[in-house]
Amino acid sequence: MLMLELISQPWPWYIAGPIIGLMVPALLYVVGQPFGVSSSLQHTCAAILPGRAEYFKYDWKKQGGWNLVFVGGIFIGGIIAGLFLGGGESVAISEATRTDLSAIGVTDFSGYIPAELLSWSALGSLPGFICLVLGGFLVGFGARYAGGCTSGHAISGLANFQLPSLVAVIGFFVGGMLVTYFVLPYLL
Amino acid sequence: MTQPTIMSPEVKPVHYFVYGLLGVIFGITLIKSEVVSWFRIQEMFRFQAFHMYGVIGSAVVVAAISILLMKRFRARDIHDRPIAVAPKDMKRGISVSVGGLIFGFGWALTGACPGPLYALVGSGYSVMIVALLSALVGAWTYGQLKPRLPH
Repeated sequence: MLMLELISQPWPWYIAGPIIGLMVPALLYVVGQPFGVSSSLQHTCAAILPGRAEYFKYDWKKQGGWNLVFVGGIFIGGIIAGLFLGGGESVAISEATRTDLSAIGVTDFSGYIPAELLSWSALGSLPGFICLVLGGFLVGFGARYAGGCTSGHAISGLANFQLPSLVAVIGFFVGGMLVTYFVLPYLL
Repeated sequence: MTQPTIMSPEVKPVHYFVYGLLGVIFGITLIKSEVVSWFRIQEMFRFQAFHMYGVIGSAVVVAAISILLMKRFRARDIHDRPIAVAPKDMKRGISVSVGGLIFGFGWALTGACPGPLYALVGSGYSVMIVALLSALVGAWTYGQLKPRLPH
């Protein structure tokens, strides 16, 4: 069981990054479409509640079927990793980050996400509501407005030398840093 | 890409199995590399560790080499169509920059982009279903507002 023990450890970047990168040629080969996750949100809306928007009027099964199955796989991958491959242990972030986060009121470093912000009990508090509901909304709205998220722009877009993707990724980082330095410190 | 391009019609169950399997591998990788972690995203936005840059950077390099090779050898996909990566549309540059900025706000708040949202829910962080449903509402709102937004 040495193998299982080995893959149950946190994976280093030089293992995880190339696996993620290989999703791009794999999907181009089996689907003929570039790697992207956030379009699954568009397909789901098109399937469930298209409303009157032109944006959701297309054959979602034909165009988005592969993408919905792919994100279903991500969900199952999460189940497998959660049940059988360890995890749940605290993340070995740098001491500097731990110090900075402690200073803004994050005290619980167990698990992948901070219970003070992202938990069912935090959902009723203003910081928890902002992180989960507003944060989620902005992720979905922003990704579709920008035409892609980390996978579509930062990975497949940059790998294909797309200038729009570079602009989007700069936007991701500017937005993320603004929230990190000017919003999160006042949340908790 | 506002509208995905038309898929080839001859998609068989085995193809769907492969799409799902690739998703499973991607999902496990997202969890085990801890890129699903809000703490890792904070570390990234504070430039305090190489981890996230290593993951995204090496993914981009591997993907770029793969695309170059596929173009160089005029590779064809499983349905025998020539492999072409559709260029991203800049339009007037407003959608990518403003949309990107808005996405960045959300990324720092939830600590998760769409892929990790699905993986986190699967791995037992059930509360992230709230963020995922909110992301769906966000995408839906964009769809309704799209004709009135500058792009």
